[in-house]
Amino acid sequence: MARVVVDVMPKPEILDPQGKAVTGALARLGFAGISVRQGKRFELDVEGDLTEDRLAELRRAAETLLANTVIETFNVRVEELPASPDEEDQGEPAEQAELATQAG
Amino acid sequence: MGPKIGPKIGVVTFPGSLDDQDALRAIRLCEGEPVPLWHGNDTLDDVEAVILPGGFSYGDYLRCGAISRFAPVMTEVIKSAESGMPVLGICNGFQILCEAHLLPGALIRNDVRVFVCKDQDLRVESVDTPWTSEFTQGQEITLVLKSGEGGYVADEETLRRLEGEGQVIFRYINGNPNGSYNDIAGICNERGNVIGLMPHPEHNVDALTGPTQDGRSVFSSVFNFLTAKV
Repeated sequence: MARVVVDVMPKPEILDPQGKAVTGALARLGFAGISVRQGKRFELDVEGDLTEDRLAELRRAAETLLANTVIETFNVRVEELPASPDEEDQGEPAEQAELATQAG
Repeated sequence: MGPKIGPKIGVVTFPGSLDDQDALRAIRLCEGEPVPLWHGNDTLDDVEAVILPGGFSYGDYLRCGAISRFAPVMTEVIKSAESGMPVLGICNGFQILCEAHLLPGALIRNDVRVFVCKDQDLRVESVDTPWTSEFTQGQEITLVLKSGEGGYVADEETLRRLEGEGQVIFRYINGNPNGSYNDIAGICNERGNVIGLMPHPEHNVDALTGPTQDGRSVFSSVFNFLTAKV
């Protein structure tokens, strides 16, 4: 099982009313000088090996459904799953593989 | 059943549709033959035009219209739209048509960050479509607007094309309620048969429940179009 993360963000030129609301709330709470844009994170648990074909298919899935490329960009990347407790000794720290692709 | 009435107009009900019954009722009041269509159908039951109604189909999960756009009935809606059948998307229906790429652009959360529910003034910018021929060019009308994600956006080239080709059909006047680019309230595709409209003509058909009956012209337009075609 592999974990693939799809990040979706509103394009820079598209107004982000949710991000603006969060920005305003942070300022009111005293967290100054922070501007927020809000997107979405999808975690896909994918069966089988992550071949190039499989990744290409996942990018197609992201483009077809997860993001609306008229108003959003998306980024598909592979994330190492944390080792299960009984494998902890040989477990590498969770690390993101750099297979990122920008699209949209 | 009484005598055969006007053209058969289908209204799709998705899970979470809200205004499907009002749209069916408006068709009946304006003397068409309303045909309820279920989102899981793979046929359109020989209707001559289709309305995608307002509401919150599939709970607005993911993005408004994003999941409905892939409902089984949409395969036929898209095919029929591409071959010229009149299709009207109202509010959530407009969002579905954009997600289905039958109309350009997208609808995002209102810039005012609140749900807007009001009697909205509009100008009819084109009467050269099956859904607007009974209006007069430049007519000012009032329809109910009730949406949280009614901000119409598109890139500059798309906006130029919409404006240049007369594809902006309805425009907000006396104030832009939601941040829509160019005050756009409704657009059509290049062919003119597919229209998306944020305000709700089906709520403005009855003196009892609306300040105007301006919505009636939307329905009588398509009836005339379909009758003239035969």
